[in-house]
Amino acid sequence: MNIVVLVKQVPDSGADRNLRTDDNTVDRGSANNVINEMDEYAIEEALKIKEAHGGEVTILTMGPDRATESIRKALSMGPDKAVHVVDDALHGSCAVATSKVLAAALGQLNADLVLCGSESTDGRVQVMPHMLAERLGIAALTGARKLTVDGATLTVERQTEEGYEVVTASTPAIVSVWDTINEPRYPSFKGIMAAKKKPVQSLSLADLGVATNEVGFDGATSAVLEHSTRPPRSGGVKVTDEGSGGTQLVEFLATEKFV
Amino acid sequence: MSEVLVVVEATAEFGVKKVTLEMLTLARELGAPSAVVLGGTGAAEALAGKLGEYGAEKIYAAEGEEIDGYLVAPKATVVADLVKRVQPAAVLLASSQEGKEIAARLAVKLDNGILTDVVALAADGTATQVAFAGSTIVKSKVTRGLPLVTVRPNSVNPTPAAATPAVEQLTVAVTDSDKLAKVVDRVAEQKGSRPELTEAGVVVSGGRGVGNADNFKLVEELADLLGGAVGASRAAVDSGFYPHQFQVGQTGKTVSPQLYIALGISGAIQHRAGMQTSKTIVAVNKDGEAPIFELADFGVVGDLFKIVPQAAEEIRKRK
Repeated sequence: MNIVVLVKQVPDSGADRNLRTDDNTVDRGSANNVINEMDEYAIEEALKIKEAHGGEVTILTMGPDRATESIRKALSMGPDKAVHVVDDALHGSCAVATSKVLAAALGQLNADLVLCGSESTDGRVQVMPHMLAERLGIAALTGARKLTVDGATLTVERQTEEGYEVVTASTPAIVSVWDTINEPRYPSFKGIMAAKKKPVQSLSLADLGVATNEVGFDGATSAVLEHSTRPPRSGGVKVTDEGSGGTQLVEFLATEKFV
Repeated sequence: MSEVLVVVEATAEFGVKKVTLEMLTLARELGAPSAVVLGGTGAAEALAGKLGEYGAEKIYAAEGEEIDGYLVAPKATVVADLVKRVQPAAVLLASSQEGKEIAARLAVKLDNGILTDVVALAADGTATQVAFAGSTIVKSKVTRGLPLVTVRPNSVNPTPAAATPAVEQLTVAVTDSDKLAKVVDRVAEQKGSRPELTEAGVVVSGGRGVGNADNFKLVEELADLLGGAVGASRAAVDSGFYPHQFQVGQTGKTVSPQLYIALGISGAIQHRAGMQTSKTIVAVNKDGEAPIFELADFGVVGDLFKIVPQAAEEIRKRK
């Protein structure tokens, strides 16, 4: 099975994150940039499917030059190769334009199965799988907590608010996964060394046949007008329980009219 | 006045979800609200009363197996056709997984911008969003097409404004390519009478400090006394104390209730990402240096197994 895993480089969600003051885009320059955590689960799932059914796993990343670090990190887990869509004109692209670029890249890769995380930890927008499915005319099975592959039939169990759903589709399809699906492996030393030699193909917008005015700020379908940082919360009261902490807690709730 | 389409979210158990009432309230500021019901046969009929109560002037319904037997693609096709026909001033959907997914497909079908997790929307289409776990506030606008936005639950105070909507049944003209992802089973899991986590006005969450699954009864008891939902930190979920669907945080649900009570939760960024826009935050933790206290309007340093039962008893006394 030919599997492509979408991997996004994001600023570490465990540290402070900001938007740039000049153009309101995500500040990647000053951030510690890492693989979107949810994508690691997609890589793990791809490797498990390859181990069980054979095939090839390709990482697909759209991002600036420095995304190479995340691509090598992803490859060190075990995928075979990577494709990096990189072009200065992509800076400032909206989700709609991003889906156009990724769909064009996927169009060249002939994937049976596209895997990705359910959301990125920076934008948390969750739209990419369905945007790609819409463009490529393939099925999207989103939010998988379990994925079964039986020949060309994919079966996914997905959490809903009322319980869960079982959903099926035939390949080619795109499946997004939650962090409940597996436990991603740590790269081995051997894997890290091997990753340095694995092929990483760079593709520009010209290679993909996408015009520069369809992406970036020029091609954006939405715009950030301004942003501000929320002031930190302050003025809270902290008491140490000396036998009446529970009562004091309820007294606070009462003054706030919750009880 | 132009129509504003509100794509209805409802559950079989509770009917119209609160976020739908919030969207109808918001839509009245922008134009004439029209509710769009996408579901099984008879869905619109069952929901019409409530939708009218909150100002829906019209209800469009697309119902049947073709709609609810598949993941969102058929729904997006129906809404896209409706948008082309009625040329609404805006399209509002819930910022839930399904709402975002329908919106994603609409954006591509209509070559239209999309804004998610919107907490306010001005008449000129300027949307307010919170980013990076609530630490950044963003003002943004769709610059191609109409405002296509998903609204975050607990953003707007829903207010009634009675209307008597007529129901128009839409022709469902979905194609084979809309039916690629088929739902073969829906399994309801027990969740009792508690409100849905993202919509609840009060959320009581437990973390690693709760110690084990059995002790979560304490969290549930306090939640029930306050009419709230139960949440859990990732540490508690990973330790198997509570099911994953109740996880609050960066890799779980984002909640923004009136009152959030964190029990035995240290307040790692992972958790704060899902709850720090809550209006009032209360924390109980034995470690006085825990970062959760930086967020708390009221914090108690101490043993939650002493404090929570005492609080529960005090609430019962006051009832």
